[in-house]
Amino acid sequence: MFKYFEPNKIFSITSKAPKYVLALFLIIFTIGLIESLVLSPEDYKQSHSVRIMYVHVPAAWITLGIFSSITLLSIVGYIFKIKNFFLISKSLAPSGFIFNIIALVTGSIWGKPTWGTWWAWDARITSMLILALFYGLYLLAWRIYQDKEQVFKITCLITILGIINVPIIKYSVDWWNTLHQPASINILSKSSIHSSMLFPLMIMTAAFALFSLLIFLMKYNTELIKIKNKGLDRL
Amino acid sequence: MYGRKVKLRVLYILLILIILSLSIFLILKSLEQNVIYFQSPSEIKNISEIENNKIRVGGMVKKNSISINSDEINFIITDLKNEIYVTYSGVVPNLFEEGKGVVAEGYLKDKNFFLATKILAKHDENYMPPEVKEALGEK
Repeated sequence: MFKYFEPNKIFSITSKAPKYVLALFLIIFTIGLIESLVLSPEDYKQSHSVRIMYVHVPAAWITLGIFSSITLLSIVGYIFKIKNFFLISKSLAPSGFIFNIIALVTGSIWGKPTWGTWWAWDARITSMLILALFYGLYLLAWRIYQDKEQVFKITCLITILGIINVPIIKYSVDWWNTLHQPASINILSKSSIHSSMLFPLMIMTAAFALFSLLIFLMKYNTELIKIKNKGLDRL
Repeated sequence: MYGRKVKLRVLYILLILIILSLSIFLILKSLEQNVIYFQSPSEIKNISEIENNKIRVGGMVKKNSISINSDEINFIITDLKNEIYVTYSGVVPNLFEEGKGVVAEGYLKDKNFFLATKILAKHDENYMPPEVKEALGEK
């Protein structure tokens, strides 16, 4: 199993992948933008501001997904001492952070015309802000600590502290009274979002996921090149 | 299969997760009154004494309850069990409508009367095109 983690073998794949991912991202993103900005209908109540949702919701999903993946990789990496998992986590974090900020900003832009306020200290919005702070801490830890063993432990601890927040974000709208509306899309029951709006949402989610993958591959390649150049450091 | 050290690390991380979740749960449980963004009219009915703090009341704007005067707007917030009268002067958001969700921020005069300083519209989780809404309305 561990021989697949040889940097040269991984690099031969990941160094070629970005251009294909970029091409695919551009195609899917173009379709997503046309679908969500032009072809999809306006909402019966919010009219055109519903289109902000096609950026807001995928961004929020991706940022939660990335934080969960980072946590899982860090914990497994810490338990079995797999260095590669930490580098994957490190490379995933920047796009997760960016999508967290995008979710907060687009939510704010949507909130002004819909709710009548830019910001509300309700449970969903506050817990999302806390997630952004944890992303910030995580990224800072990689910058500040030089010693590898030390940074692995610290980032693992940050993700464990932060992951408690993820179910709170997900269920905050069900547990407490919040200004933020409950989830429209349920896996088990019928979704309260019309299919003509669900389709562009899914396309945009795919596009954002590809964008995250692209940024991840670029970051990860940089890490691998660093290791190759040093010659000493191994995965 | 795995060494004793690996097992210890697994147990330790599980322990951290359990203790953290438990403490966060207890903190949130004890601070529940501060975590909720607004109270419903029924919860207002149950409070023992009226404090002069800014609070938020949320619910549905009762049908046919909005009356607009020259300088103020009066309406009733209901949670279908209890109701509260709200007076507000200022601009209401576009989505403020009868039969839709609303959150009013302001001061309680008494348990039935609320003086709002800010009105927020609450959007529900339903998204659909206008044609679909009309079709649903005709049913």
